[in-house]
Amino acid sequence: MTAKSTGAIGAHNAKVMNRLELTRRLVGQLKRDEAVIGGIGNANFDLWASGQRPQNFYMLGSMGLAIPISLGVAIAQPRRHVLALEGDGSLLMQLGCLSTVAQQAPKNLTIIVWDNGMYQITGGQPTTSATTADLVGIARASGIANSAWAADEAEFDRLVTTALKGEGPSLIAARIDGKPGAEKIERDPVQIRERFMRGLGVKGQGVSNQ
Amino acid sequence: MNNPVTHATTWHETVHATLKANNVKLAVYVPDRVLTPLIKSLHDDPFFTTFATTREEEALGIVSGAWMGGLHGAVLMQTSGFATIPNALASLVVPCQIPALIFVSERGTLGEFNLGQAMVCKTMRPVLNSLAVENITITRQDELAFILDRSIKQAVATQAPVTFILSPLLTGGKVFNPGMRA
Ligand SMILES: Cc1ncc(C[n+]2csc(CCOP(=O)(O)OP(=O)(O)O)c2C)c(N)n1
Repeated sequence: MTAKSTGAIGAHNAKVMNRLELTRRLVGQLKRDEAVIGGIGNANFDLWASGQRPQNFYMLGSMGLAIPISLGVAIAQPRRHVLALEGDGSLLMQLGCLSTVAQQAPKNLTIIVWDNGMYQITGGQPTTSATTADLVGIARASGIANSAWAADEAEFDRLVTTALKGEGPSLIAARIDGKPGAEKIERDPVQIRERFMRGLGVKGQGVSNQ
Repeated sequence: MNNPVTHATTWHETVHATLKANNVKLAVYVPDRVLTPLIKSLHDDPFFTTFATTREEEALGIVSGAWMGGLHGAVLMQTSGFATIPNALASLVVPCQIPALIFVSERGTLGEFNLGQAMVCKTMRPVLNSLAVENITITRQDELAFILDRSIKQAVATQAPVTFILSPLLTGGKVFNPGMRA
């Protein structure tokens, strides 16, 4: 894993944690059928491994679109909290979406960024967040004032608790280790979408034209 | 009879009224000069949630999420914007069977003055056809409401995206004007 150079722009002292453990802690706080959208690869795999809730959407391709998808769900269902789980490389691919989220300002949206400083699933090549880019700084400068690094697990829990109160949008970034995702997901896009829509109470009651 | 669809006299009034009649309440876009009157009228109508995104694939992600949450949406872009979305179509919209409504203002033909636009336009239909995404080039105001209304209903019923290519024959397009840049 690429070390974070402490003298660089965006240096921070957050503890290096584990994505699966944090995902489990996060899911453990979900009591109101919150929607969770897992980004490509490891974010998805650990979400899957933390329990296959019907309100989980596992994004198979379209690297960088977990946050836009979450924004769409949040706009469609303002009373449901929506969480996006996204890797650093994926977020860096679609940074503009942070400014869109900030401008639309959905109170019910929380973005979780897993920053391992690399494109882990493609071979561990370093991302710019490994050295120079500060993702929380970028999020704040994009207009998401409620953006913070989680210093350790306890603070991660607290930030999630606060975010779920719905004063968002908010972004929580966690430095994570190089452990790969725990389980592979079943790659069946139609079934994933269908189950998610039923989990959100959309399917079975008609969707459009009603 | 006071049907806003049949009373519409311009292409953008017809698009606006047909989206509304089909309960399509979300409109996200990366702007295009030709689309400006449509974008303005959608913004002015509180029925619609209308906003710009920074990229067209972001817009497709938003509309996909909204659909899954029970809200139908349309994406508006120009031809060059379309060239940025094949991955989002092939890896999200098509495999997940999302009935995204994609409006493309067609540049690159019928008097195009920008070589880049003319080139990128040629990539659009082959991409759509290779993904088997329904795509209809609309040239006539008298056919517009019928095409849109039927195709939106088909998209929902068959859970498939549809692309409406708005030809300069319909919209007037954009013509060369010395001093104009893009
Ligand atoms: C548009 C696009 N470009 C490249 C890829 C290949 N790719 C898949 S996952 C990935 C890395 C994702 O990195 P990150 O979001 O940081 O997650 P990590 O693998 O570190 O968990 C890449 C480059 C892709 N799927 N789509």
